[in-house]
Amino acid sequence: MTNFLQATFAVFRKDITAELRSREIIFAMMVFSMLVIVIFNFALELDPATRKEVTSGVLWATFAFAGTLGLNRSMAVEKDRGCLDGLLLAPVDRSAIYFGKVLSNLAFMFIVEAFVLPLYSALYNVNLFNPGLLLVILLGSIGYTAVGTLLASMAVQARTRDVLLPILLFPIAIPVLLSAVKASTGFLNGVEMAEIWPSLNLLIVYDVIFTAVAFMVFDAVVEE
Amino acid sequence: MIEVKKLIKRFGMKSVLRGVDFRVERGEFVALLGPNGAGKTTFLRILSSLARPSLGEVKVAGYSLPNEAAQVRARLGVVSHMPLLYGDLTAQENLEFYARMYGITEYAIRITEVLDMVGLASRRNDLVRTFSRGMAQRLAIGRAVLHDPEVILFDEPYTGLDQDASSMLDEVLKSVAAQGRTVVMTSHDLARAEDLATRFDILTRGVIAASSSREALGSNNLLTFYKQALAA
Repeated sequence: MTNFLQATFAVFRKDITAELRSREIIFAMMVFSMLVIVIFNFALELDPATRKEVTSGVLWATFAFAGTLGLNRSMAVEKDRGCLDGLLLAPVDRSAIYFGKVLSNLAFMFIVEAFVLPLYSALYNVNLFNPGLLLVILLGSIGYTAVGTLLASMAVQARTRDVLLPILLFPIAIPVLLSAVKASTGFLNGVEMAEIWPSLNLLIVYDVIFTAVAFMVFDAVVEE
Repeated sequence: MIEVKKLIKRFGMKSVLRGVDFRVERGEFVALLGPNGAGKTTFLRILSSLARPSLGEVKVAGYSLPNEAAQVRARLGVVSHMPLLYGDLTAQENLEFYARMYGITEYAIRITEVLDMVGLASRRNDLVRTFSRGMAQRLAIGRAVLHDPEVILFDEPYTGLDQDASSMLDEVLKSVAAQGRTVVMTSHDLARAEDLATRFDILTRGVIAASSSREALGSNNLLTFYKQALAA
């Protein structure tokens, strides 16, 4: 167990250190998110009430697109430099590598989300600093990253990996995105908790199931 | 130390290895030679647990693959033509990362020893992306021996190196082999293989076509032996 945790945090620490130097992934994700938000802002010239209605959809579309970009780059860095083999040669349970990558991808997602929320609030004049919404973002990001990291490690083996990841990821992530949008809308519109709970429960179940599935199949996915 | 019996590897309908028998004793330095597409890299990937055999028996350091892969990996170092290093980390950070992955606890002294061995102690705090190909390859050897493995596999370690870098790599390889490790190296460079190895195996068309120790070669040079094996 000690070796497992040590390897998980070694992968996480390595990814964060490398990213702080290159800023390759986070910068691309931030620019992309900013563009998505600005484009939506000009495309949807809506009255304030309607803006509040579409906020969750725009936010989660931004997170999903930017997240896919980050997931792709994070695994491509390992593959292009042959480092994935270096990781797989380590005498640790390979799911430690998976959890290390999930933690770093999650950290990149959170950084981008922390950038997007104030930007969105300023552009759309909507207050997004709602504890309930932050909880939904946490749960949704975990689910999206858990399944995204697994699929990115699968897609990275293919020549068409840039196209393949969204094709694989979006259909599988539909439950998490729909629940996240529904729960976010509920919190932003001050809906009763009883109406929000089913979506929150679905998010929690999705997080647990996909983390468990990824833990079981990651070894088979990365092996030749 | 390495024992392979009737190894077959298929990719779809295509058989890359067609019944390889291969045995390496402790402390031997075996050069695995053969033309492009002979299956050398596939064979090393199976020995290193990165690929599964389709059929056959593979044992490394007394553990069978793929069932005891983690035990094999703990006793194995691999150097390929790609250095398996992170360009945005320094030499020291790369080795620290791999030390943690291999569960080495007191790694500070070991990293200094390894950097001294590969002649990169003065560049320990430089980013690997600023290294020349030869320096990166020497650091890759440092990475591979960091956990003091019993067996080391080299897959075309000279690819892309100039004359000076190759000569420096020769010295590092000799010092690695002199420490009593079992080494298997694939190469197209017959002169270098002849200089370094104690045994020569020729892999062609998915089987070991010929094998000879340095002593058994006698007055024949390796090139003649290699050509005869390919022609047979």
